[in-house]
Order: sequence, then C-alpha cells, then structure tokens
Amino acid sequence: MIHSLFLINSSGDIFLEKHWKSVVSRSVCDYFFEAQERATEAENVPPVIPTPHHYLLSVYRHKIFFVAVIQTEVPPLFVIEFLHRVVDTFQDYFGVCSEPMIKDNVVVVYEVLEEMLDNGFPLATESNILKELIKPPTILRTVVNTITGSTNVGNQLPTGQLSVVPWRRTGVKYTNNEAYFDVIEEIDAIIDKSGSTITAEIQGVIDACVKLTGMPDLTLSFMNPRLLDDVSFHPCVRFKRWESERILSFIPPDGNFRLLSYHVSAQNLVAIPVYVKHNISFRDSSSLGRFEITVGPKQTMGKTIEGVIILSQMPRGVLNMSLTPSQGTHTFDPVTKMLSWDVGKINPQKLPSLKGTMSLQAGASKPDENPTINLQFKIQQLAISGLKVNRLDMYGEKYKPFKGIKYMTKAGKFQVRT
Amino acid sequence: MSSNSFVYNEQSGGGEAAELGQEATATISPAGAFGLFSSDLKKNEDLKQMLESSKDSAKLDAMKRIVGMIAKGKNASELFPAVVKNVASKNIEIKKLVYVYLVRYAEEQQDLALLSISTFQRALKDPNQLIRASALRVLSSIRVPIIVPIMMLAIKEASADLSPYVRKNAAHAIQKLYSLDPEQKEMLIEVIEKLLRDKSTLVAGSVVMAFEEVCPDRIDLIHKNYRKLCNLLVDVEEWGQVVIIHMLTRYARTQFVSPWKEDGGLEDNEKSFYESDDEQKEKTDRRKKPYAMDPDHRLLIRNTKPLLQSRNAAVVMAVAQLYWHISPKSETGIISKSLVRLLRSNREVQYIVLQNIATMSIQRKGIFEPYLKSFYVRSTDPTMIKTLKLEILTNLANEANISTLLREFQTYVKSQDKQFAAATIQTIGRCAANISEVADTCLNGLVCLLSNRDEIVVAESVVVIKKLLQMQPAQHGEIIKHMGKLLDSITVPVARASILWLIGENCERVPKIAPDVLRKMAKSFTSEDDLVKLQILNLGAKLYLTNSKQTKLLTQYVLNLGKYDQNYDIRDRTRFIRQLIVPNEKSGALSKYAKKIFLAQKPAPLLESPFKDREHFQLGTLSHTLNIKASGYLELSNWPEVAPDPSVRNVEVIELAKEWTPAGKAKKENPSKKFYSESEEEEDSSDSGSDSESESGSESGDDGASSEDTSEDSEDSSNEQESENGSVAEDKAATKRNPETKGESDSEDGEKKNKKSQTSDSSNVESSSIEESSSESESQSENESESRKVTKEKEKKLKQDRISLTKDVSLLDLDDFNPISTPVALPTPVLSPSLIADLEGLNLSTSSSVISENMNRDDLFKGKKSTLLKDG
Repeated sequence: MIHSLFLINSSGDIFLEKHWKSVVSRSVCDYFFEAQERATEAENVPPVIPTPHHYLLSVYRHKIFFVAVIQTEVPPLFVIEFLHRVVDTFQDYFGVCSEPMIKDNVVVVYEVLEEMLDNGFPLATESNILKELIKPPTILRTVVNTITGSTNVGNQLPTGQLSVVPWRRTGVKYTNNEAYFDVIEEIDAIIDKSGSTITAEIQGVIDACVKLTGMPDLTLSFMNPRLLDDVSFHPCVRFKRWESERILSFIPPDGNFRLLSYHVSAQNLVAIPVYVKHNISFRDSSSLGRFEITVGPKQTMGKTIEGVIILSQMPRGVLNMSLTPSQGTHTFDPVTKMLSWDVGKINPQKLPSLKGTMSLQAGASKPDENPTINLQFKIQQLAISGLKVNRLDMYGEKYKPFKGIKYMTKAGKFQVRT
Repeated sequence: MSSNSFVYNEQSGGGEAAELGQEATATISPAGAFGLFSSDLKKNEDLKQMLESSKDSAKLDAMKRIVGMIAKGKNASELFPAVVKNVASKNIEIKKLVYVYLVRYAEEQQDLALLSISTFQRALKDPNQLIRASALRVLSSIRVPIIVPIMMLAIKEASADLSPYVRKNAAHAIQKLYSLDPEQKEMLIEVIEKLLRDKSTLVAGSVVMAFEEVCPDRIDLIHKNYRKLCNLLVDVEEWGQVVIIHMLTRYARTQFVSPWKEDGGLEDNEKSFYESDDEQKEKTDRRKKPYAMDPDHRLLIRNTKPLLQSRNAAVVMAVAQLYWHISPKSETGIISKSLVRLLRSNREVQYIVLQNIATMSIQRKGIFEPYLKSFYVRSTDPTMIKTLKLEILTNLANEANISTLLREFQTYVKSQDKQFAAATIQTIGRCAANISEVADTCLNGLVCLLSNRDEIVVAESVVVIKKLLQMQPAQHGEIIKHMGKLLDSITVPVARASILWLIGENCERVPKIAPDVLRKMAKSFTSEDDLVKLQILNLGAKLYLTNSKQTKLLTQYVLNLGKYDQNYDIRDRTRFIRQLIVPNEKSGALSKYAKKIFLAQKPAPLLESPFKDREHFQLGTLSHTLNIKASGYLELSNWPEVAPDPSVRNVEVIELAKEWTPAGKAKKENPSKKFYSESEEEEDSSDSGSDSESESGSESGDDGASSEDTSEDSEDSSNEQESENGSVAEDKAATKRNPETKGESDSEDGEKKNKKSQTSDSSNVESSSIEESSSESESQSENESESRKVTKEKEKKLKQDRISLTKDVSLLDLDDFNPISTPVALPTPVLSPSLIADLEGLNLSTSSSVISENMNRDDLFKGKKSTLLKDG
C-alpha cells in the first residue's frame, strides 16, 4: 500500500523520508513540486498526483505536506485518512506538529512511523497502543533515561492490541476520577446581501476528557436525541444501543477523545445569533470607497457573544483603508488585502462598528464584487440546537466520579455576502 | 583518540563523553556536510567507535544519529558492518533502531545482512509475542532473495502462532515475500487459506489485504469464510474494514444476481400503469417474481450499514461504494447523508468525496437533492473544491430548483476567483442546455455578462453562448450582432475565434455585419493568434460562398496573407480553401460542393459532465479519482445472469459442526474455566499470564478434576505474581509451542517439559480426545494447534465477557457458549444449532451484567438462528 512517506516544508525541502518497502528515490517528489508550482497556493495542490510509476497522495497540515508514495490501486481516502492520523499522532505526542518539533524528535517519529505501518499497511494507529509501545518524550523521562539507561520503547505487546477495547489501556489509575464532556456546536451559514439566510446548518461534536480508574462503562443520554440527524461515533460507542434506545453506551478511552460528531437535522430552523449590517460602496469616479460595518446580536437566548472576529478579503483594487473601530482592534494587510477586526464581546447597548474609507488604485475600475465577510464568534453555555445531555451514569466501577458538562456554540464557516 | 579530539572539535573524547560529543556534532553537522570529504568520513568513524563501545548509552546515541541520517535521506550504508553487529543487543531500543537500519540498507548489502539472520531466527522462538512479531517483521522486510526459504518457513510457523498479533504480522509478511519472489505464490496461497480461516478480528483485515495482493482471483477461497467475514466486520480495526469491504464488494458482484432488475420492474410497472398496458404489466410481474435476494447478499448489506457511522472517512466511503454497487437501488439513498457529513472534513477528504458524489449524482440525482444546499460554495473553499461543488450543483439542477441555483450562480460569477467564475459560466451553459425552460433566461444572463469588465468572464461567456446558439439555431441575430461588436474589445483568442465562427456560420442572418467583420479582421490578420487566423480563413471562405460580390477581394487578400504565414497549419488550410472555393482549371469536382462542405448543418455540441466517463470505475478507488486505470486495479465484474451455487458458502456451517465435535468434548471445560476466570479476576488480571493459564485450566478441566486444578493454578499464579507474572507464563506457553512446531508427538514432549505432571496428563488426554473426535485424520500437530486456537479464542471471548463488552457475536462464537449448555447437551452429543442458540440466549441473561447488552445479543442470536436455520 503506502510505499514511502516524504515530509516537505513550505519552502520545498524534504526534511524527512521513510520507506516501508524498497527505497523510492526522492526525485519522485519533483512531480509534486511541479504540481505545487502550478497550483500557486498550497491549498490548491491536488491531493492525488499521478506520475509515470507512482501516485503521490498528499495532505497539507501545519504548513507541512505529507506526501505518500503509492504504487498500486488503493482507495485514496484510505491513504489520506491515514496521513491525517499520522499528523494527529504527532500532535498527540509532541503537542504541536511542526517542522522543528519533528526534526528534534526524529528518532521517536521514526519509531512511531515504524509501528504505524508494516509493509505499508496500518498496524497500530490507536494512540493508546502507540504510547505504550513508544513513550512520548517528556523532559522528566529524558532525564531518567539518561541516568538509569532505560528506554522509551516498551518491550511488551500493549494489551490493547489484542483486546476488544484496543482504545483503552489496562491498569489505569487516578486519584481524582473525573469525566468532562464538551458539547460544541458550530454554525455553518451563508447570509446574503439583504441579511436573509441562504443556508445554515449546525454541526456538533462532543469532546470528552475522561480520567477514570479501571474499566468504567459509561452511558450518556440526551433529553432530545431526536435532534441528532446524522452521527458518527468513536469506535467505543455501542452502535446497537444507540439504534434501539438512542443512548450512548461506551467504555471510554483514557484521556481526550472525540466521542461523537453529529449533524442537526435540516428541518429544524437554525437560529442565527448575530447579524452584520454593512455598507460597502465603491464609486466609479473617485478613488475613495466607503466602508461601514456594524455587528449585533440576534437570537442569542440571552447569552453574550464573545470572541467576535471579522475577516474579509478585500478586492485587489483596494490600496489601503483608514478605519476607526468603536471597540477592538483592526488590521489591514495591503499585500494580501486581508482586513481583520478583532471585536471581542458584543455589548447589545453599544453595538460595535467599524467605519472609514478605502483608498482605491487610481484609474482602476471599481471592483465588481463586494468582499465577503467571514465571521467568528463564541457563545458560552449554549448549544444553539437546544441539545441537552440528560444524565451520565457509570457502571463497572465502584467509586463516584466527578462529572462535568459544558456547552458552547461557535461559528463554523459563517459567511456574510455583501 | 586524543589527536582526533584536537582536530575535530566535535569529538571530545571517548565513549564516556559521547553524549557531549553528539550535541556538538549536531550543531556542527551542517558545516560537516559542506566540508571536506575526509571530515565526513571521520564523522562516521566516530560513529563506528561509538557503536563498538561497550556502553549501551553510546551505542544508542550512535544509532539515534544514524537514524537521523536515514530520515534526512543521507547515505549511512558504510556503517553497515558496525551496525549489524548490534542486532543481538539486549537493549530493546538499540535493537529496534538496528532493525530500522537493516530494513533500510539490507537490500544494498545482502551478504552482510545474512549475518543478522540467525538472530531473527532465534527471536522467532522468543516467548515474548512482541519480539516474535517484530523479528518476523524485520526478517520479511529485508528483501534478500537468498533467505526466501527461511522466510517461507517463518511465515508458516507464525501463521500457526498462538498470538493473533504474530499471525497478523505473518499475513503482512505474505505480501512482502510475494513481492520478493512471486514464484512462492502457490505456497503462500496455502498460508492465506489457512489464515482466512482465522477467527481473530486482528488477523482478518491483514489476511484479506494479502489475499487482494497475492491472489485476488481465487474467489473460491472466500466462500467458506464469507459469512464469518461479514459477521466479524464490525469488530475489525478500521483499516481492515476498508480492505474487507472492497473485497466483499467484488465478491458479491460475482456471486449474487443483480438486485436492480426488481427496481427496473417497478419503474416499468409505473409506466404501464399510466399507459394501462396490461400485457406489459404481466411481463414485468413475471420478471419480478423469480428474484429473491440471497440471504448472504442481505447479510453483507445489513452488516455494513452501521459502519456508515464510522469516524473514519475511508470506511464510510467504502460502505458507500458497496451500497452503490451491490445494494438494491431503493436502499442506496441512505449513503448520501453520511457522505455529506464527510464534507465537513479536511480539504483532501472533501476532494475525494465530492468527486465520488459527482459521479453518483449523474446517475441518481434524487439521492443528493435534499442536500443541495450543502454543496453551495463558500468564498474560502479552495478552487478545486469549488469546481467540484459546482459540478455537483449542475448535476442536481432540475426544473424545480433551477431558479434558486441560478440566483446562487449569479453570486459565483462575481467571485474574485476568476477561474471559478469561468467555471460557473460553463455551468450556466450546461444548465441552459439541459433544462429548456430556463434556456432563454440563461442566455440573456450570459449576454449581460458580455459587458463584464473582466476579460476571462467575457471570453468564457462568448464560448458558452456560441455553444448554446449552435444548439438552438433560432433567430438570435441580435446576440450575434452584439458579439460582432465585441470583437473590438475582446483579446482572448478562444473568444475571438468563437465569435468569428459564429458569424461565419450565421453569415446569411447578419448580411451587413459579416463582411465588415471580415474587413476588420483582414486588417489585423498578421497580429492574430493562430486559432483566430484559422477562423478568419473560415469566415472568409463562407462569405466568399454566400456573398462573393462583396467579399471576393477581401477573401483573396486574406488567403494571400495566409499563404505566407509562418504556421504551416495555416498555410495548409489556406491552400486547401483556395483550391476548394476559388474556381480555376485545376480544381476538381469537389469545388462544386464547396458550399455544402462549408455550410453543412453541424451537430450541436453535447454539454456533458466531465464525470460522465468515470462511472465504469469502482467508486472510491484511485482509478476513479484519476480517471485512469491504475496499476493493480481490479475490475468490478458485471452481475452474473444466474447466481453461482449459493451452497458453497454453506460448507462453513457443516465444517463448523465438525469443529464443534472437539469443542463439544471441550464443553466440560467451561465450568472450570468460568470458575477459573473469576478467581483470576480476584487475584490480578494480568493479561499475558492468563493466556497460558486459562489454557492449562481448560485442559485440566478435561480430566474432570476441575476444582482441584484451579486451586493449584491459582496458587501457581500467585507465586508467579511475585516473580514477574507474565514472563513465566509465557515461558510455559513457549515450551508448549515447541513440540508442536517440531511436529513430534505432543504427549511425550509434554511429559518431559511440563513441570506439573497433572497438566501434562491433561494435555495428553486432550490430544488423544482430539484424535478420536476429529473425523478428518489430519496430522496430529495440526489438530492440536487448531484446537489451541479454539481455546485461545474462547479464553479471549470469556475475558471480554467478563467486562461485558462484546459488541457483536459472530457465528463462530457459538462454540464458546455451548459448553455452558452441556448439562442439557450431554445426553444428545450433537445438538441442533437452533437449540444451541436458544440455550445460549438463556445462559447469557444470567451471566452478563448489563441488561441491554443481553438484549443486543438476544437480537443477534435471533438473527443468527434464522440464518442457521436457513443454512442447516
């Protein structure tokens, strides 16, 4: 399956290579560089590139291209999904997945990659298992290792590898037993010029941080499970139980994991918590344009909207902008033409606004499209779909765990066309 | 040594200061790379010394640096002799890094690599399953052709290993050996056949992968394992699921008849209802009747459905393509929701999923229509995603939604991403062509775009309008006139050429403008693009034929210009046109028909989706993504007219019954085992220990002295607990494994090697009982290993039972539970499967703790019972 892996940084250097079968010369990446040049932007590099003898499948994350070399037919998503899993694993191991981090930990990276694939076929991708095989580097462990001469490499097969709960370690022990669940919902929306909603949908996830001793068996039930239209589970969730009772029943992995992601059925009308009033105009004759936007709360269920950031890609003709915000800070990058305004909290009594003028390129005709406004915001203590967790029960262990549930609503891909 | 450290600062002494040295080299190494060759050599010299030092820490540092070199793609092959010496190191991390090195360079240094082989052979017998597995991994990865026989032997042994993890690695090794030496195919197929029978979820994915790579055409190997694979599927790890689902899709297409005929019949039925054609109705009824879905076909479709909920995009896509290719059309709809969900994922996943949706939406727009808005484009999407979404929107467009879509397209046309705007214009053209109601609206919209400021937009509009006008040769004189005027401003060659062609084609409709355009173009002929020049010549020729009075001289002027053009295509065309249209003595009979040739009715271009031609590739494959047949692509066969004998899959059940006989004997074991496992839980649930212990427990159960034995065992294990529980137990397992691998008589060896006489006795009994019971007299050792596997499996199952976790129970797990039913079963040695299933249902409700778990199982068993009844 996966023949080799090349890691390429944004300046086009191959800084790591790993081969699982015969060595493939790194010159194969030239085809990739060609495609990269053609695409101009990193985002537009096609994920699948055919070359005379190989196929290059790549993902782009953290400003690094992970390029897998394939020789024969394979489901492309298989490889792409695996590459993303590699990135996730690195992030899990080192906190961040960046070029210097990988270079610093090249040996651990190599050992992990060696365990993740055998002959190009995934062997162990569950981070719990990997961490037992190869322990993540910490300062303390490095010190201990140099003194005692012990290693980061486990010499026993992790029990998870053979068990039916490969995601959980055995012998987990905590003094404080706690389980936290974050219900995070994102609103994807497109709002048109006049302020009416073109499309809006809610996607949610439940991220969990579970630190419980032993082998706890948890069940989580919702007040209104019917809201969930389409769900995907962590492998630990018992599907049959969900099908019959709409209850999440699972033996959780240890630590942080994503329990569930869901989509709220399209029939429900989505409440849009903010509105943007805008007045952006270019005039044909003069080289000045007017720019004015105001943000305000709409359907917020009485909660405050925080962390509002407005991003807008201005047309190429805009040379500079002189704006004054009523609150927050704004920047305009004359090179990328990106306007960003960090608004912060919205105070319903005094709506934040950004006003001013744009100076346009002299002589150039007026841009035929007004810029789209991308919005980011957060609302604490609210799941916009109205989803509510009913209760969380634990079986299989005797102690009483501390349980916590948090709700949050965020903007996903929230766009306002002007 | 000391002189070295003077000259090369980085090496500050011997082994003791190696760590310091390493740090220094790390900082200096870039300079070293640019420096003299000798310095590079010296640096390796220092690595060699570190490798030869007696300290593990120095060796480890050296190995780490070497691995760093490999990772950067630097050549470290000259260190081979020094590294290979450390292959037998006690330090597991050094060992691992040496393995990494070997796998990288052994192919280049085959002779030296042979030195390491004996170490691996020894490690293959190690009591630690991780070490056995990694030894097999490296041995099979070093790609030295001489060791093929050794590899073959190792694979064979490992495929019978007690540990499923080792067997999984054996499955991987099969592919490696096959790529090294394809001549081993036959032998390897035997191993694959054996591993396919394996019941561990860990092995299933890997062995199917091996099957796909080595012998994808040997579909007959799957028959007997088909139901098992379907039932195990949910519990297999996600990567294995993808491979198995793809394989089973191919399998289903060869073994079952098409479920689609039924749907066709239904449609016909509808039609006939309106047409009230009784005859046809009868016909369709007759056609419909004989189709009944094979229960195995249904089993596959049913068992893959939960996987649509997987978090792994590859699994979801695999299930989607399975539904697309083998499920009845009426059931395909459920995949759309899951596929749309994947669109929230990363850019790369979106790209592949959108491509597949694009192909699907051509054939079945219905299933994606409810999700139309999910494909709306956002300004932040990368261009390739935008174009794919646009493609899907076009496919989904119909009379009902076209007005909304056109409004949406209007926004896209104004996009700052001009490439995308151009694609949108193409899309509008296609919508206009497909949906006649909006053709005029679209055309008007496109004409408005002609006054757009952006040249690319205008050019694209011109090209699309040309195509549309060609399709409806009605009176669009106004538009043509308007476009004629545009020639003054547009500079994009394709657009200019399109306008010229359009005017030439309609020159009789715009008699005043056409000659004037030719006049203008003649002026600028020399500075035009080749593409435009050709169309000028065409226009000239057409005008000459229809309006020679006005344009004769102009055309001749243009032809003269073309005659001396730099491009030979243009010179050729000029010569050809002149001969054809200008009558002279040399011109042949053809010139009579010149008008017919030039002004023939041209068929309108078909505006089709670029994804139209991809549908013959299996969805979700690399070939589909690239629209080229990738090497190793396995064609999806057409449904067979008549289904091959479905009973080939039944064989499994009969075989299962056979396997039951030894298991039936082992029924007695269970009470003791149960008891044992509980006691073990009380003590300490060390997993590696329980492996062999519960086995011995189960063996002794045969003797009937269960309680005594268990107590002894528990004593034993408590002793072991003090002195590293796992290793001793593993040792025991190893001593047991040895005899079986040697193929000697088990009982003799067992007596010699086992510490406790009782255990050896019981193993004696066990082996003999198997001999008696097995109807097929295979070699003893094989029987033994098989039964071991069974017990192992059972033991594992029990463990999971204890934590009440089993999500799904496969057909094969039946024999795990029937032991409990022995009190009832004893009088009748062979139970009917349905009765056994019934009994299990009863037993389970008492044994497991969570009630709902039971409910699930009961449901499952009900399902299973029904299949069993059908089969049996």
